[in-house]
Amino acid sequence: MDTLLRMLKGLHPDVDFETCETLIDDKILDSFDIITLVADINSEFDVTIPAEEIIPENFNSARALYALIERLSNED
Amino acid sequence: MYRNILEYLEQTVRRVPDKAAYADERTSITFREVYDQSRAIGTYLYKQGIYKQPVVVFMKRQPKTIAAFFGVVYGGSFYVPIDEEMPHFRVELIFNNLDPRAVICDQDSLDSLAQYGYRGIVYLYDDIIKTEADDALLSDIRDRAIDTDPVYIVYTSGSTGIPKGIVGSHRAVIDYIESLSEVLEFSEDTIFGSQSPLYFDACLREIFGTAKFGAQTYLIPRSLFMFPLKLVEFLNEYKINTICWVVPALTMISSFKVLDKVVPQYLHTIAFVSEVFPIKQFNIWRKALPNARFVNLYGPTEATGICCYYKVDRDFAENEVLPIGRPLRNTEIILLDENNRIPPRGELGEICIRGTCLTHGYYNDMERTREVFVQNPLNDKYPELIYRTGDLGRINERGELIFVSRKDFQIKHMGHRIELGEIEANVNLIEGVHSACCVYDRESAMIALYYVGELSPGDVAAILKQKLPRYMMPNIIEALDRMPLTTNGKIDRAYLKEYTENKRKRR
Repeated sequence: MDTLLRMLKGLHPDVDFETCETLIDDKILDSFDIITLVADINSEFDVTIPAEEIIPENFNSARALYALIERLSNED
Repeated sequence: MYRNILEYLEQTVRRVPDKAAYADERTSITFREVYDQSRAIGTYLYKQGIYKQPVVVFMKRQPKTIAAFFGVVYGGSFYVPIDEEMPHFRVELIFNNLDPRAVICDQDSLDSLAQYGYRGIVYLYDDIIKTEADDALLSDIRDRAIDTDPVYIVYTSGSTGIPKGIVGSHRAVIDYIESLSEVLEFSEDTIFGSQSPLYFDACLREIFGTAKFGAQTYLIPRSLFMFPLKLVEFLNEYKINTICWVVPALTMISSFKVLDKVVPQYLHTIAFVSEVFPIKQFNIWRKALPNARFVNLYGPTEATGICCYYKVDRDFAENEVLPIGRPLRNTEIILLDENNRIPPRGELGEICIRGTCLTHGYYNDMERTREVFVQNPLNDKYPELIYRTGDLGRINERGELIFVSRKDFQIKHMGHRIELGEIEANVNLIEGVHSACCVYDRESAMIALYYVGELSPGDVAAILKQKLPRYMMPNIIEALDRMPLTTNGKIDRAYLKEYTENKRKRR
């Protein structure tokens, strides 16, 4: 989780990712961030996020995104 | 021969009045409604004494906003699109440059308008469309109109920190639509999926292409461009067959392998603009849609939109680049070297544009206009303007134009045109920042901001978000103890560029 938080903080140093639950709804993340995150998660966690998982619900909070990473790495 | 963009609408409304012209997920507006509402708005504005001046349309991205654009033009004025997505500070700068007397709002934008310190008249869209259209008045306004009169002003990034308002005329828009539609083969069957915000010139082709042909435009929700699978499903749901998108919107779909799962089955015309399409991604698209027409488009806002095109007619290897091809009909591209001469074939030159497609330049800024809209140096016999794009290009062995790079610090990032100087100017305005430099790392497509000052990167980011549009926000913000300088005492950009590259490689 710390690695992910550091990654997010690198994109938006002004956002509190531990509490924010509306990263997509409030337009905090944009398409550039999504592309960067998917690439970085792939290299840091060795997890490929498939297109069908790139949906708002999985990116709305750091917690949701981390849950997705865990779920995908268990599936491998 | 068209003289006024309203003729497009008038010709189409007779043919297909009840067809939905512009639509989004929730609402749509027919050609008849666009016609009736815009004539009402035109009548109203003129009777209020608003004529031949900029009228701000401050409404969200929705079908009726387009009717408001037409309405302003019916009144003999020109529209300036503003959107709540634009940051506060930028809208203020635009209001300063424009000094408008009138703004058209919808119920949602009315409240936020108060924050901008605007004290002129505000008209509510839903009220003024109730005006009864005055045929005699509208035809009198038209009789006095000239095809060089402005249609719109759109704002683009300016290196001094102040956005530039580009003034487009009827003649230039008509020239653009007529020649682009030949290339992309627009027709009454065209269903556009529009990606761009309404405050960019990019939407002109959909708005006026739809009006001319009785085609149809869907405004695709901006949020879908983050979620590629949903985006393709949207294209299929609305049977979208023609798109003119920025390259990152297309590569987002291909790089996430969405095309393996679902293909946009109605798409037959795929045009792309704004930056170089990486061939690897391009080939994924071509393989998925082998029968579609792929067209690379190029052009600055100063020349109304697009001035060059290349219809992809051969295979490309990953180390090749797609040409920007050749000029649209009625436009000439001139390459000029540092001595204002045409370089030998195959050598670099600045891409300069000659033709009716040229806009009038920057609103309320003769000085910056004269820097780039200049006398054609190849002609000293009579006045003739060309626009100097600041882009460097060359002609390849097939006679096609190739875009090579920029002369200055303008970049293309996620499809947007950005002056790094504008970001720096805004950072330098922040109290507690002593110096700042922005560099662009093309490989990772990241804007990196380095600054010296007492504030944390988080604070700087928070302040910048109030001032800059989302797409101009640096992707890396780092505080330095001291700014690296060249021997001449200038900020060492080359060093910072290399520093950014090394940082990327370490990640």
